Amino acid sequence: MGTGVLFLGLRHLRAPIIMMVAIFALGVAGLVLIPGADASGAAWHMNFTQALYFMSYTATTIGFGEIPYAFTDTQRLWVTAMIFASVLGWAYLVGSLLQLARDEAFRSVLTEAAFTRRIRSIREPFYLVCGFGETGFLVGRSLDRMHRRFVIIDIDPSRVLELNLLDLVQDAPGLCADARLPVHLREAGLTKPECMGVLALTNDDQVNLAVAMAVRLLNPGTPVLARAMSREVAANMASFGTDHIINPFTRFGSHLALALAAPANHRLISWLTALPGSDFELHQAPPRGHWVVCGYGRFGRAVVAALRDQGLDVSVNDPGERPIDGLRTFVGMGTEAEPLLAAGIRESVGIVAGTDDDITNLSIVVTARELHAGLFTVVRQNLQANNALFEAFDADITMVSSEIVANECIAVLKTPYLAEFLALARSQDAAWANRALERLGMVVGTRVPEIWSVSLSADRSPALHGVLAAGRAVELNTLTRSPADRNLRLPVLALGLARNGQLRAFPDDEELLAPGDELLFAGTARAQQEQSQTLRNVKVCDYVLTGVDAPASWVGQKLSVAVRAAAAGKP
Amino acid sequence: MNLEKVIFGFFILLAATLNFGFVYGDIDNPLHHNQWEFFAALVVNIIATVLKFGDRTHVGAIHLATSLVAFIQLVAAALVWFFAETDAAGLLSERAMSEIVSLAAGALLANIVSVTILIVETTLQRR
Repeated sequence: MGTGVLFLGLRHLRAPIIMMVAIFALGVAGLVLIPGADASGAAWHMNFTQALYFMSYTATTIGFGEIPYAFTDTQRLWVTAMIFASVLGWAYLVGSLLQLARDEAFRSVLTEAAFTRRIRSIREPFYLVCGFGETGFLVGRSLDRMHRRFVIIDIDPSRVLELNLLDLVQDAPGLCADARLPVHLREAGLTKPECMGVLALTNDDQVNLAVAMAVRLLNPGTPVLARAMSREVAANMASFGTDHIINPFTRFGSHLALALAAPANHRLISWLTALPGSDFELHQAPPRGHWVVCGYGRFGRAVVAALRDQGLDVSVNDPGERPIDGLRTFVGMGTEAEPLLAAGIRESVGIVAGTDDDITNLSIVVTARELHAGLFTVVRQNLQANNALFEAFDADITMVSSEIVANECIAVLKTPYLAEFLALARSQDAAWANRALERLGMVVGTRVPEIWSVSLSADRSPALHGVLAAGRAVELNTLTRSPADRNLRLPVLALGLARNGQLRAFPDDEELLAPGDELLFAGTARAQQEQSQTLRNVKVCDYVLTGVDAPASWVGQKLSVAVRAAAAGKP
Repeated sequence: MNLEKVIFGFFILLAATLNFGFVYGDIDNPLHHNQWEFFAALVVNIIATVLKFGDRTHVGAIHLATSLVAFIQLVAAALVWFFAETDAAGLLSERAMSEIVSLAAGALLANIVSVTILIVETTLQRR
């Protein structure tokens, strides 16, 4: 492809090159034919190569001089004509070359060729992210922090350029193309064995659907995480077995429903899925009572469904005239006081502003707060760019759909059993959730914990796996002991143990481990690093298990055996 | 009547004919091989090579290959000519002449292949 591009470029330069060849030929012919005069005045002819040399440094305007003898008048006459012809021809050639280099189509061919080469040379596992909007950006940044490589496809050239400006640890190639077309997915490495997963995060449902389908057909084993904003597309994706479909609106609806129905479970889940390392803020649970929902789009629908499922009374404010069955609808946007009052804002406990325009939403909640001060506000934020405004307003719940999708993606990619654990957490009763909150609180206080999974396999935990494979009994509490002093416990909590694909929540301390188990832990980042020493370092593992600091060197081991034998020999 | 095809065919054939004209004659007799004809053959070969750039078909690729071969052979011959010793009358030695002509004969072979491809391509067109 590279040399093809070269010859394509040369094709455009045919006219100037041929012109230069003709001028050179003419010049050389003339210089050879026209007799010169040597130092003594005798006739002398240049040969072809000398003439070529002279033409070269004349055409390129270098001009060394008349070699080896000064020219006769006839020669000078010819050279005068040749100077103008050849220099102009040279300028034309160089100009065409530069114009070719700047040609948009040519450059896009070059960048596409360069991109394909880069992708082909990737030898480590990578993710293919389609769509680099706000969601793609959040996911990409998190993937980068997890030290995983990714490749981007986005149809907007400015977003791909933004990739160069980001401060990423790993090299992330970006292609500006339509992700719908399988040829571009192939170029981005879809069919490579190193492709670990595809994330379809564009803001167009049809494109996401096309990507999911393409992956299903071209590389069936690869997991796909797709964003779907509408139920029909989500159902469509599910029908051909897309691994994870994230509909931010229904997801938020179910969050809200959970927050209303089981506040303790909701708190547990929010705590585990928030940004690790930050302080977890306890939000007030949404109250039960009459709610007003402004905007009846996809978001509004999901929220209304969630609220009504919990048996709450809802009135809707929508600019459209159509009546919605079973709901009290009031025409108008809640940006003015009147429709809100008509919907009964003064008697309500909460308001939801769910239109697709940020300023409208803010206007609605500000107006609502003015009319009823203690209202519980749920507001939808569409663009990350308006963060400052939403933070200043500080609604009780701010829904950012790109964050919901991104968090879900990261949770799935980072720790495979986390999604299962969260699903489990959703279905348990309040007592279970409160106990879990207590235990988590004892370990991490009020900060958001890091979540990680420990796989007791030979390549991920070589030391511990070796011990298990040798048949020794290892209890779970081994992994919670500090490598510095085994009587101290690390600030970690075992959330779950997965054996043979089955996950059990909150395993006991005395639980025996088996090779191949996967454990889900929550704790501080520091504790994770210390725990990984127990998993990988044979000496540390031994110490944590037995409490004895065994000597590492051969000499030391032999000596210690001898000492022990001697001690046993004389009781 | 395609002007581009006329020009294309013209230069390919001219390159081959000039090359043939130069090579024809006793291989070591400098009187049989004209310097100007060599010069013309080299220039026209360069032009023919440039005309063949950028054709993405398989045939186009082979055309370009043959032209590049001819070009390289002629350039080698020109270099030999440049460094060759001449006797008192300004003629080349027999040895130098035969070296030059053999290289040019190689270029002729490449040019003949190019002409053959052109003929075959034309007859297959049938228009």
